[in-house]
Amino acid sequence: MRRYAPEPEGTHPPLDYPPYRSTELRHPKQPLVYLPQTITELTGPQLGRERVLGEHDHDLTRQHEGEPIGERIIVSGRVLDTAGKPLRGTLVEIWQANSAGRYRHVGDRWPAPLDPNFSGAGRCLTDDEGRYQFVTIKPGPYPWGNHHNAWRPAHIHFSLLGQAFAQRLVTQMYFPGDPLFEYDPIFNSVPDPAARARMVSHFSLEDTIPNWAQAYSFDIVLRGPDQTVFEEEH
Amino acid sequence: MSLTPSQTVGPFFSIGLPWPGGPYVVPEDSPGATRITGCVYDGAGEPITDSLVETWQADPEGGFGAAEFRGFGRAGREAGDGTFEIVTVKPGQVPGPDGTMQAPHIDVSVFARGMLQRCVTRIYFADEQEANDRDPVLASVPAERRATLLAVPQPGGYRFDIHLQGPGETVFFRL
Repeated sequence: MRRYAPEPEGTHPPLDYPPYRSTELRHPKQPLVYLPQTITELTGPQLGRERVLGEHDHDLTRQHEGEPIGERIIVSGRVLDTAGKPLRGTLVEIWQANSAGRYRHVGDRWPAPLDPNFSGAGRCLTDDEGRYQFVTIKPGPYPWGNHHNAWRPAHIHFSLLGQAFAQRLVTQMYFPGDPLFEYDPIFNSVPDPAARARMVSHFSLEDTIPNWAQAYSFDIVLRGPDQTVFEEEH
Repeated sequence: MSLTPSQTVGPFFSIGLPWPGGPYVVPEDSPGATRITGCVYDGAGEPITDSLVETWQADPEGGFGAAEFRGFGRAGREAGDGTFEIVTVKPGQVPGPDGTMQAPHIDVSVFARGMLQRCVTRIYFADEQEANDRDPVLASVPAERRATLLAVPQPGGYRFDIHLQGPGETVFFRL
């Protein structure tokens, strides 16, 4: 089986990142141990049928009686690996705050309104070209307790299973031009500025639906096969 | 193409990720079903009540990808006491590097608020000593830390605690 390429330095954030205070007690201090990629890491769950059941799973604006308040948007893109290969039939899961920046969660207590018509979760499977599409409303930014006057830039959480345990990724998609980027330790925890920019979606006039919804495109790239190193066959 | 970076799962993932069937790799009444119970602790020894644990494993014959065996578990019980529970069956042995055989093991991803990427660990079984003694991955772990990877038998299943930091810090892997 093909092994996955090492992840380049600077792409993923360090687990120990003092500006994001909650990392302090939640990062290992012992060195990580090298795990060879065996069949356990080169295979992974295919969860589609069990997780994508309803016709509105991908449409967060139609999961209730009425429509949620906010800017209706289409968020779409492709899930690929670093070799450019589309990942077909892979599960994409998202969750987000409502247009006022409030999550439907007991732990979210800041005084912004909940929207009775918005739960904030969606799921879909990629098609044969690796494409996914969600219909939702644009989430709002919100304050958090990391430091004085801290605000998170608007974002949508994305979870990708990929095709192998080695490809598993949880990330966040941001919106272009957000003035909060420079103040947000979570966004800035990614060391390489070019990698950081890959978490920012693009406004896509092409994907907008006239008189109905704006659109943002966001491609997600997971680990791909190691093309530089010959591995011995076992 | 270049990789998309990881970001934290955050405090509110329960909106989108856990589902009632998540912890059941196999139905509870399956032959050989067992319960792996544990808790994720932070560096102060406090249970992390907003963590998400995912597991991936071979079936009891050591196979992957059989349609009738999901192999995947997801447990994220927020605002609880920090414990997680996965209902599964013990995996079979699978090949390792250089013609070796690996002891029965389960790959684990740990996510939480305050973790900017997942931590990867493995569950081995304390009652598989013979296979564990020959396992190439366990052999690469410093001997004094190996016990952090062993699920310990208890009535109804196994106990496997995860310590992100501090005394008894769990061994985490880079893959």
